[in-house]
Amino acid sequence: MNSRKVIRIAWEGLNRNKLRSLLTMLGVIIGVAAVIIMVAVSAGTEATIAEQIQGLGTNLVFIQESFTRMTPGQRQTGNGLTFEDADAIKENIPGISGVVVEQNASETVKYGGQSIDDVSVLGTTIDFPEVRDMTIAEGRYFTQTELDRKSKVAVLGATLAEELFGSNTAIGQVITVGSVKLTVIGVMEEKGSTGGVDYNSNVFTPITVVFAKFNRDPFARMMGNRVRMIYVAVENEEDIEDTIYQIELLLAKRHEVTLDTLDFTVTTQDDIIETQESTTAAFRNLLGWVAGVSLLVGGIGIMNIMLVSVTERTREIGIRQSIGATPSDIRRQFLTEALLLSLVGGLIGVISGIAGAKIFGAVGDMRTVVSISSVIIAFSSAAAVGIFFGYFPANKAAQLDPIEALRHE
Amino acid sequence: MTQKPIIQIENLTKIYGVGDIQVKALENVTMTVHEGEFVAIMGPSGSGKSTLMNILGCLDRPSEGKYRLAGEDVSEMDKIQLAIIRNQKIGFIFQSYNLLPRTTALENVMLPMVYNRGNDIPDDEQRQRALKALEQVGLAERVNHQPQELSGGQCQRVAIARALVNKPVLILADEPTGNLDTKSSVEIMSILTKLHEEGKTIVMVTHENDIASYSQRIIRFRDGQIDTDKPNGHKPMLQMKKEVDHELS
Ligand SMILES: Nc1ncnc2c1ncn2[C@@H]1O[C@H](COP(=O)(O)OP(=O)(O)O)[C@@H](O)[C@H]1O
Ligand SMILES: [Mg+2]
Repeated sequence: MNSRKVIRIAWEGLNRNKLRSLLTMLGVIIGVAAVIIMVAVSAGTEATIAEQIQGLGTNLVFIQESFTRMTPGQRQTGNGLTFEDADAIKENIPGISGVVVEQNASETVKYGGQSIDDVSVLGTTIDFPEVRDMTIAEGRYFTQTELDRKSKVAVLGATLAEELFGSNTAIGQVITVGSVKLTVIGVMEEKGSTGGVDYNSNVFTPITVVFAKFNRDPFARMMGNRVRMIYVAVENEEDIEDTIYQIELLLAKRHEVTLDTLDFTVTTQDDIIETQESTTAAFRNLLGWVAGVSLLVGGIGIMNIMLVSVTERTREIGIRQSIGATPSDIRRQFLTEALLLSLVGGLIGVISGIAGAKIFGAVGDMRTVVSISSVIIAFSSAAAVGIFFGYFPANKAAQLDPIEALRHE
Repeated sequence: MTQKPIIQIENLTKIYGVGDIQVKALENVTMTVHEGEFVAIMGPSGSGKSTLMNILGCLDRPSEGKYRLAGEDVSEMDKIQLAIIRNQKIGFIFQSYNLLPRTTALENVMLPMVYNRGNDIPDDEQRQRALKALEQVGLAERVNHQPQELSGGQCQRVAIARALVNKPVLILADEPTGNLDTKSSVEIMSILTKLHEEGKTIVMVTHENDIASYSQRIIRFRDGQIDTDKPNGHKPMLQMKKEVDHELS
């Protein structure tokens, strides 16, 4: 018997009981769709995170204070990471296109009769727009002189400018931030909320102004010019490693520590993406296991129904045997039925999985990326499940005694 | 007139069960059926007729004894070899037809060819052969009907067509008219008679004398053993009717 005939016989067998065939496939359909959707969701999350990190700018290096060397009760020695460190890096390290430090404060902004609470005031340095790939829509960013002199100037995010001034020009107007009056000198172009942070509602001022005027929190005052993080933009990607080494040498000297006892860490965007990926990979593995289990349940469903089918069709098996079907003919027929169930189920699962992932992506604010490899893996596992769980019932059918089978009602 | 033997069985014994509950369904049965013979097997219920037919049909194996089918020893064959013999050498007709449900007459008749080993018959030829077999049993008009749409007599004719399609050396029928009314029984017997006239070897089980009267030779069983084995003295009613018709015309 050639394989075309085997497939035809198996197909006819399934067709004779369409509803049951469909229900049998359901487990596989759900399993395959689950694998594809879950992988798509985690891949989407990963892509979003990677994009957010890339969205911070290009060739960035992050310097953060590290407290790892401190034992409990021991106070941080030295000065930690300071604004002056940033200046030193900018002056001494070659191949750097920008150094930015940030210090946040949250203040109420007033203009005319309007008052907006909890506006994020971001104190930065002059390289901020370049390092963060942000452009000025109107006016200008502040200068080094203004930074040094702690000039009371502000650049507004697009949304904030719109809220305060509507269609009127913001440039030259004076707004009250907390208790400080700042002159608006520029408005930022609207930027998509990459980085998970919406910069469009921010007030940007020289970091020196934030240190002097907005850090009313006593702890923050005590910390002086300490900053949480310094961003360094490196001109050429190839120089990143070298630049990191030079920064470490420079800051180690300034902080009076050795390279082995650094009180700060330097990371790159790639490092952060890698860290993120390892967390999402764990998440993805978990999802994969869950989906894999549902595929397994689907396979057990196939085995279950195939066993019922073999019992129900015992007489058919007897008839086939009586006219010359060998045990392997019968085995092949039922194995092919199981395989067809899982392949057709797998195919429907792939289609609904891709459709489901797209719908999830479109409806929820979740992002989904359908990966070809997940489709291939899910589909071939479905086929493997069909063969694996189909074998036992098929073998049972093949081993039936012709006379017993014919006597079966 | 020395015809070649189709069935040769020697000291055939079939024992069912084990230990104390053993049943000897057949005991030391020896018989020979030659090519072209039409044999009826009779006997009371439980005398071992079906057991013998199942062994003759290679659906079962004897506990002891030899069985040669068309010169080939089949008593020692394994499951696979027996399946091939069933497919190639034997056409089995059952009391309950044993057609595949929800499958057309044509497809039912084609089924033995689907399981042909080695020589794959092209689809077209399979169809032609199946159609021809259905024509032979007078069902040319019903080829696309499914068993549940056919009468008992028609189902049995489909089963005969299926038994013929692989050109077997032996046709076995276990109470082929057991489920049928008189009119359908006569139809079935006239088909078997025609096959006999064409030279087919037929062994048929029946417990009706009217049906047995179509055969040439009647073997009676009792308690798993051959009781009598005699040529049939009577002419079948159908043939007698023909002769009457002939005389009248
Ligand atoms: N599978 C079986 N297991 C046990 N005993 C059986 C089996 N098949 C038939 N028998 C017994 O063998 C004897 C012959 O049965 P069978 O050949 O069916 O008789 P018949 O067809 O002449 O009515 C009976 O006593 C029957 O009960
Ligand atoms: Mg019987």
